[in-house]
Amino acid sequence: MRMNFPQTRAVLLPALTVAACLMAWHWLVKLSGTDLFPTPLEVARGILELGERGLLAKYITASLFRVTWGFFLAVAVGVPLGLALGWFRSAYQALNPVIQILRPISPIAWIPVAILWFGIDDTAPVFLIFLASVFPITVSTTAAVQNMQLVYLRAARNFGIRGPQLFRRVILPAALPQIITGVRIALGIAWLVVVAAEMIAVNSGLGYLIIDARNAGKRYDLVVAGMVMIGLIGLVLDLLIRRLETFDEVRWGYGQR
Amino acid sequence: MDNAESLIFVQGCWKSFPGKTRDEPVHVLEQVNLEVREGEFVCIVGPSGCGKSTLLNIIGGFLRESRGAVRVAGAAVEAPDPRRIFVFQENGVFPWLTVEENVGFGLMSRPASERAERVEHYVRMVGLTGFEKSYPRELSGGMRQRVEIARALAADAEVLYMDEPFGALDFLTRLKMRADLIRIWQAEKKTVLFVTHDIEEAVQLADRVVVMSRRPATVQETVTVDLPRPRDLDAPGYLAARDRIFAIMGMDVHGGGAGGDPL
Ligand SMILES: Nc1ncnc2c1ncn2[C@@H]1O[C@H](COP(=O)(O)OP(=O)(O)OP(=O)(O)O)[C@@H](O)[C@H]1O
Ligand SMILES: [Mg+2]
Repeated sequence: MRMNFPQTRAVLLPALTVAACLMAWHWLVKLSGTDLFPTPLEVARGILELGERGLLAKYITASLFRVTWGFFLAVAVGVPLGLALGWFRSAYQALNPVIQILRPISPIAWIPVAILWFGIDDTAPVFLIFLASVFPITVSTTAAVQNMQLVYLRAARNFGIRGPQLFRRVILPAALPQIITGVRIALGIAWLVVVAAEMIAVNSGLGYLIIDARNAGKRYDLVVAGMVMIGLIGLVLDLLIRRLETFDEVRWGYGQR
Repeated sequence: MDNAESLIFVQGCWKSFPGKTRDEPVHVLEQVNLEVREGEFVCIVGPSGCGKSTLLNIIGGFLRESRGAVRVAGAAVEAPDPRRIFVFQENGVFPWLTVEENVGFGLMSRPASERAERVEHYVRMVGLTGFEKSYPRELSGGMRQRVEIARALAADAEVLYMDEPFGALDFLTRLKMRADLIRIWQAEKKTVLFVTHDIEEAVQLADRVVVMSRRPATVQETVTVDLPRPRDLDAPGYLAARDRIFAIMGMDVHGGGAGGDPL
């Protein structure tokens, strides 16, 4: 079979891969004879069941709500902070060591502290998601400004552009492609962390679903259903944020391919 | 002649860069003297890597000299100035702006109608009509260079510092751009300091051609080209000036290149 239509191929190839993975999953479960781990079909039934009980939409909304807040807070803090760190050398010297010390501390390690500070309402998971995503955004924005081509800066200064204008008209647009890459990675991490964040005693969300289904009756079909939903929504989020890379103002920053 | 200081005044300029090892700096410029009067068109030629861009960047206010005096319009050069626009050897067109946004970049303080008019005029002059809405990544290297030239001309600066601005252009476009530049220079009484490695180009354009030596570079000699424009490329004066520069740079055009270092 020859596939001359790139559009068709872009859908067909991944569909085939997914189908093959599902087949392998199904047969591995069957061959092993386990009655604890679900087959794909049982997981699909689990998802349907959650949908009928109204839990699916509720949990997805709850998780997306926390990720949205944590992530947008991280963008709102990380981008300006990164611009400042990349531009002002003394700010970089003063703050970079602190950032590098905080950055490797896993969000999971912060859970007790988050509970201590924020209690067990929605603030704590939002804080954890914020923590997880603010560092990649800050670091990539800083690097983007530091690696900016000198000639753009010289041209701008030649035309008398200074101060806030310089940030708005030159530094930010020059750094934007790399900032978007950082933001994209950060969104992936934010979504990744949601499960851990929802281990805090909240009572909704896909992370909660996974923990709850395991604890209350070993419903592994629902555990895997939660995992599958997290994966699918992660895919959709990445597809959405990739759109940012197609804008004319930033296309120059990515390879020609 | 009055004895007021020239518009661009460089005296005893030295420049070295920190080298690979700490105590061995790279000496690039050594005791460079250069004067450009207001309204003059001066070309700088010299072997590749001798320090032409470095000198121009110092005069433009992007680099500081290590030693010496560099003054423009009577004041020591501290920083770049919008009255003196630079055309960079490495393309300085902003990739996130369209052609027309790039050309209009230096005109933000002007009324929109005047800005649009000037942009249109200079886009047409450099032959990019129809590409106003294109982004630099959609253009060829030579077209990008023309965008930068249009941006510099549109800004209506008194002085133009041009670092090999026509390097990436084909022969015919280069001839047209030279003619346009001369026309603008004559009509608008600009001062132009123009770096090129093309000796023919220098002799076609300049009132004076400053020949630099190899690194560490100094001004080897200045050749005055006192010929009417447009220049006749077969005139004896033209050929004499050209051959003189070739000879200074160590190339005998008639004798087959004996004796000198290659360029
Ligand atoms: N920032 C820098 N650090 C160290 N050395 C430098 C730096 N900039 C330039 N140089 C050195 O200075 C010398 C002159 O460079 P410059 O770019 O001025 O040459 P040029 O005459 O413009 O050459 P070309 O005709 O190839 O453009 C080169 O040998 C280069 O290695
Ligand atoms: Mg150069």
